Amino acid sequence: MSTATTTAPDLTGTPARRSRRGNLAPLAGRILVLLVALFLTLGPVVWTLWVAFTPTDEAGRRTLSFAAFSDAFAKVNMMRLFWNSILVTALCAVGQMFTAALAGYAFARLRFRGRNALFAVILATMMVPMQVTIVPVFMLIRGMGLSDTLLALILPAIPTAFGTFLMRQYFLGIPDSLAEAAQIDGATPWQVFWKVYLPLSTPGLAIVGILAFNAIWNEFFRPLIMTISSENFTLPLGLVSLQGQLGTGSMSTVLAGVVLSMIPALVVFVFGQRPLREGLTAGSVK
Amino acid sequence: MMGVPVNPAAAAETPVPSIPAAPGRRGEGKLAALLLAPTVIGITLFTLVPIIGSIVLAFFDWDIISTPKFVGVKNFQTLASSPTIRVSFLNTFGFVLIAVTLQIAVAMTLAVLVQSKMPGWLRSFFRSVFFFPLILSAASVSLIMSYLFNEDFGTINKLLGLLGMSPVHWLTSTTGAMVVTVLVYVWQNFGFTFLLFIGGLASIPQDIYEASDIDGASPMKRFWQITMPLVSPTMLVATVMAIISALQIFDQPYVLTKGGPGDSTRTAVMVIYQSAFQELQFGLAAAIGLVLMLIIMLVTWLQFRLSKRFVFYM
Repeated sequence: MSTATTTAPDLTGTPARRSRRGNLAPLAGRILVLLVALFLTLGPVVWTLWVAFTPTDEAGRRTLSFAAFSDAFAKVNMMRLFWNSILVTALCAVGQMFTAALAGYAFARLRFRGRNALFAVILATMMVPMQVTIVPVFMLIRGMGLSDTLLALILPAIPTAFGTFLMRQYFLGIPDSLAEAAQIDGATPWQVFWKVYLPLSTPGLAIVGILAFNAIWNEFFRPLIMTISSENFTLPLGLVSLQGQLGTGSMSTVLAGVVLSMIPALVVFVFGQRPLREGLTAGSVK
Repeated sequence: MMGVPVNPAAAAETPVPSIPAAPGRRGEGKLAALLLAPTVIGITLFTLVPIIGSIVLAFFDWDIISTPKFVGVKNFQTLASSPTIRVSFLNTFGFVLIAVTLQIAVAMTLAVLVQSKMPGWLRSFFRSVFFFPLILSAASVSLIMSYLFNEDFGTINKLLGLLGMSPVHWLTSTTGAMVVTVLVYVWQNFGFTFLLFIGGLASIPQDIYEASDIDGASPMKRFWQITMPLVSPTMLVATVMAIISALQIFDQPYVLTKGGPGDSTRTAVMVIYQSAFQELQFGLAAAIGLVLMLIIMLVTWLQFRLSKRFVFYM
């Protein structure tokens, strides 16, 4: 009798909890694996912070100080690197948001000949890796007289096939009735875009902007090719060349620079994690 | 991370002609042309023309100073016969094989564990932690790891020393350098695959597990006969995206080892960079780029074919 009363609620009450997936290993084993993964993922980051904040003094001891950070500013034009990275990233992000919104709206809402074919061509360009086109792009930039300028990093990064795809999907999700209502009130197609659809698309724009930030802020390959003088370097390139200049001795100085370059990325991570996640996996999970 | 990993094949599968192409209403065609101009001009100028440029350039000898000289398929012959280029492609394939396998295995294991019985806040905590490396630059990560794996003063060898092990030649031996490159790459990128699996696992209906529970299936049997078939679409997409992204590896070996020791961590993209911007053989670089693009297109095409055949959709 007593067994019946104890097992009955278990079967009818929360059956889902009994059969959740992942019961492969006992609980302790699962916790252990996750803790090891946690340690391995965060370990290098915590270690970086520790080394950056404890540079070695004359006696060779590690002491808590900001010396490595002031060293980073003294030994390399850190302000310049930051400014270049901010300028390039901000202009690319804003440029991508703007052009993707325009094109996405045209593909989602306007009727014109050849629309589907054009959209297919733009989607297909996503398959082309940047390394394949880099040599002609470099020649083009050189021909435009833009080599070793920040514009060489900005201009090619503004047109975005993926952003266009995302914004089109976003605009397709906004009901037709809004456009019809605005048109009945006498709005032109441009007014429908500018005053009705664009204000409603800010979450989509945020995804495009955050994705652009993450990609451009961390970019290494294109700046390595497109810039020659150190005053045009962006942060990742500047930090790698700083390591080269200092050898392996001033670990704390280089890592202080790394920590500084992580701060804006960290801010975006805290506030933009969800949109970034959604943007990265857009179109891949069915 | 080089750019945003996107999955063109999956994106292309979303229906393009979702709205009937009706004859243009007045003014819409002109407005469309205006709105599309920046993107279409930009993509034409910086992607479409360069593709054609690469194809043409691949048949020329050009050092950027003198006039380009038509050489036919000489660049492709060089590509096939140069030991350095051949090794760099073999390195790339080997890297892709090991790194992608590891990345999928780690991501799948962690996704299954995180999706199992666990409070919601803890699950989002793990999701954030495993996602975190994705926001860092591959250059920064490689700088950090080059110190951690340093043979003489690196913390990893110090820890191994505490366990009584002798220092490992991480970055100065051919095997060690490749191992570190794989580890650094997977460390930074497993979170992306993990997110895809979390999404795939979340879409499996719970009642299937309940039914198998009643039938008395063992956990192992449940994993292989229910979970794996049902996440197979995600598995395919995740694998293809991981392969495409790994084929383009450059930042990590460039910062960690500059391709060395010897040619042991030289990758396909690294020889594109070196041929063009160090040896001024722009035609050869274009030819290597084309071969790489063909490989990537082949992988994407295989994804299309495989997803029709082997993947079980609900």
